Amino acid sequence: MSDLGVTKDDNIEKDVTKPSRRTLLDFVRQQPLGSLGIVLIIIMMLGAIFAQHVAPFNPEDVDFEASPAFGGGAPSLAHPLGADAFGRDILSRLIYGARTALSIGFLSAFFGCSIGAIIGTSSAFFGGKVDLLVQRFIDLMLSFPIIVLAIIVIAVFPKSVVLGVDVNVIVAIAIPFIPKTARVIRSQALAVVTLPYVDAARTNGFSSMRIIFRHILPNVTAPFLILITAFIGQAILLEASLSYLGLGVVEPTPSWGLMLSGVNTDYYRTAPWMIIFPGLAVSIAVFSFNLFGDSLRDWLDPKLKL
Amino acid sequence: MSQPPLLDVRNLQVEFKLKNGTVRAVDNVSFQVNRGEFLSIVGESGCGKSVTALSIMKLLPKRVAEIKADYVKFDGQDITNLSENEMRKIRGRRMSMIFQEPMTSLNPVLTIGDQLTEPLITHLEMSEEEANNRAIELLNMVGIPEPEKRLTQYPHQFSGGMRQRVMIAIGLACEPDLIIADEPTTALDVTIQAQILELLKDICNRLGVAIIMITHNLGVVAAYADKVNVMYAARIVEKGGASEIFGKPSHPYTIGLLRSVPRMDKKRGGRLATIEGLPPNLMAPPSGCRFKPRCPMAADTCDSSPELKERSKGKNHFTACFYSDEANKKGASIYVSDKDKFKPIKVKKDKPVLSVRGLKQHFGVSFRSGWLSSVSGTVKAVDDISFDVYPGETVGLVGESGCGKTSVGRAILHLNLPTGGELKFNEKELNQKSVALVRQDMQVIFQDPFSSLNPRMTIGQILEEPLKVHKIETDEVARLKRVSELLTKVGLYPYMRDRYPHELSGGQRQRVGIARALCMEPKIIICDEPVSALDVSVQAQIINLLEDLQRELGIAYLFIAHDLAVVKHISHKVIVMYLGKVMEIGDSDTIYGEPKHPYTKALLDAAPIPDPNIERGREKIILKGELPSPLNPPKGCVFSSRCNFVTEDCRKASPELVDFDNNHLAACINIEGGK
Repeated sequence: MSDLGVTKDDNIEKDVTKPSRRTLLDFVRQQPLGSLGIVLIIIMMLGAIFAQHVAPFNPEDVDFEASPAFGGGAPSLAHPLGADAFGRDILSRLIYGARTALSIGFLSAFFGCSIGAIIGTSSAFFGGKVDLLVQRFIDLMLSFPIIVLAIIVIAVFPKSVVLGVDVNVIVAIAIPFIPKTARVIRSQALAVVTLPYVDAARTNGFSSMRIIFRHILPNVTAPFLILITAFIGQAILLEASLSYLGLGVVEPTPSWGLMLSGVNTDYYRTAPWMIIFPGLAVSIAVFSFNLFGDSLRDWLDPKLKL
Repeated sequence: MSQPPLLDVRNLQVEFKLKNGTVRAVDNVSFQVNRGEFLSIVGESGCGKSVTALSIMKLLPKRVAEIKADYVKFDGQDITNLSENEMRKIRGRRMSMIFQEPMTSLNPVLTIGDQLTEPLITHLEMSEEEANNRAIELLNMVGIPEPEKRLTQYPHQFSGGMRQRVMIAIGLACEPDLIIADEPTTALDVTIQAQILELLKDICNRLGVAIIMITHNLGVVAAYADKVNVMYAARIVEKGGASEIFGKPSHPYTIGLLRSVPRMDKKRGGRLATIEGLPPNLMAPPSGCRFKPRCPMAADTCDSSPELKERSKGKNHFTACFYSDEANKKGASIYVSDKDKFKPIKVKKDKPVLSVRGLKQHFGVSFRSGWLSSVSGTVKAVDDISFDVYPGETVGLVGESGCGKTSVGRAILHLNLPTGGELKFNEKELNQKSVALVRQDMQVIFQDPFSSLNPRMTIGQILEEPLKVHKIETDEVARLKRVSELLTKVGLYPYMRDRYPHELSGGQRQRVGIARALCMEPKIIICDEPVSALDVSVQAQIINLLEDLQRELGIAYLFIAHDLAVVKHISHKVIVMYLGKVMEIGDSDTIYGEPKHPYTKALLDAAPIPDPNIERGREKIILKGELPSPLNPPKGCVFSSRCNFVTEDCRKASPELVDFDNNHLAACINIEGGK
């Protein structure tokens, strides 16, 4: 904290005690783990974007000689992470798979959480009957197993692909996140709603929209960021489950989830690399998003600024 | 024959090692407490008074706090280097502690009996039955009725005052020699505060227990303390007997502190005296005398640190000031008084800006009473209240917590929809729809300066938001200018608009709250306990600011507070509330000068006056019991359950407000017989 023991006579126009704007270097210094998370995320993103240039093989190239079914496929110089049952290069599939994983994981977690957060804060702000109705509807949504909910969505909406991303899968994964986020955010927002600054905003005659978006939502960012980063990991796994059921990404499109499921798991004794590396990829992605989310929360909280 | 002191602290020093530096929270503090003595440590928040107490008990986290002392002798034994195990035998057994917050200092999942008998069983190795008997005895001693039944109850079944009594009982359990009470009454109402203080003093006299009471409220200690230590910025600046400290203070800080408290026994009018500025940041304290930047007598000599010196031999009155003799002689006149410059505000009573008629705010509540049954009832938070507020007038609304004073404010602002009555603003009716049109004219200042500003917005954003939303100032540069003006007006600096609320002190935040209320140029501001979370010297600054603004802009205030002295100072008219009803209403001078209603009298008696001579001399009506549950108020007059003059007729019907003279109304049927 800065020293504010100034008297009225001091005619200071400039704020000398205010710490200067924080730089990227400060972030690295104060949040070393978060920085590691960012670096990993950036590496994954770059890999996904420049997959054609980075990947040593085409992910859909089949080379049966390298297949474990014929005794090959172990990690080697040619295939650093080995090859799968069809003899496809796992490293290349992981790199291309990052596209699917990141786009679906990030987009669905972001949309799901954002809509959930808005519903949660609105429900807390309006209270009374609105709150009751919204919460019962959320109970209803929560009573469906995620996968069933996702199947319903995919069955109802026609398939549509925008920019190579399957919108249906994103919606299907995002919808189960909405009630979960809404619940958590509502509980936090309930505490914020009773705070005097919300009352002050009301007595200033601000619209409900303004109060929700400007005064309540920014004060529930901590659970929001935690949820988003946790759900990115879940989304990647959920995408795998949907793909396994044939509702998500379809072979031969590379996807981390698909690599972890289906026929590949039959090989785990003889060719463990087939599941170790995709599993590792999912773990690292989830891990780095969580690290990043944690430190982003601390960084964005003005109270924790030093 | 002089007995050695019970507690002898010599050169105590406590340092906190923080991430960004070292804070010396207690700096060379020495004092003694004799058996059966009542010592009070007084100072503003952050001056190190609590840390002093905690370090004597060795309750500070070892990881960050470093305690050094020549010695801390307790009953002749140096306890500075005692191990944690040895300390444990002293804590609770020979010295015990009472904390500020009675709501959180008892364990909610253990019964009162469990918590009371625990120290008896561990320290005194009593059997369970012995311990139970002793617990009943203790509860009796602290004045809790039906102790046998109460032992099996849980803390949530006790009110705040009762819980504090239980805390005292626990503190007394093992018959300690010393009790340290850290702001034991700060969270309580005045009437309850008086009860608890009487109890503590009584224990001190009767059982010969020494008490160290830490407080920021000078009035509280005047009547009870034998000795007073005044602390400022980690050091003791003055210590001595209560009559010396209050009667002939000789440190400019003590003098300033004493005169900045609004007093009930002084005529109102003019500005409150203040000490300019804020206490220093202990991370980088000023060199030399720490009070120098705020001291009216500061001279070059003050660049070196003054020693704590005895004023005259044998008097035991110590002061750390180079000019203590001069300060002692001149007293309050060392501060420049601008009192005469400011005439009291005259109110023109033609058209009320706000008129309240029969306002009602009832809340329906229901709660589970058994597995499947539920009880529902109505809480009449505000029940039939009428008053007018004229432009430029301040109306004070006083009462104990839970009396519905905040609900009045919220109902007027339509933060809660009133359930009955008529509200008129500038002679136009206020309802859910029309309130939107006058929002800008009706503003509010809240109690808690920490939660009344959005932590995610800078001061500038907070202040310009209403201007932007209501399109009062669409030009960005003009808006910035306006924000700077507002900040200057409330005594802050324009550069502070880039700060976040947490970067400001409590008093500064409260100023921002006032600036926010001002930015719409309102006609009336509802002030909901605007100074009760602030330190004395800062409180005086804020009250002066509010009065200056009223003088300049002619704003009316509805001033809600529980501190009677503050209300007396600022208000033209005072309304005394009890359980949702008006007990008495009238001009400030009349209410304080010749109160009619027994409740008003009791409230006035319970409020402490910072002068031991007056305080010890006056006879007090101390109110028994506590505020009844608003779910189940007493029949007839709501005050009948605590009134000292209650008669049979009081329980029959609720008394009407009767006009005595000239707008002085009181609701009591026994007023002539009351005296």
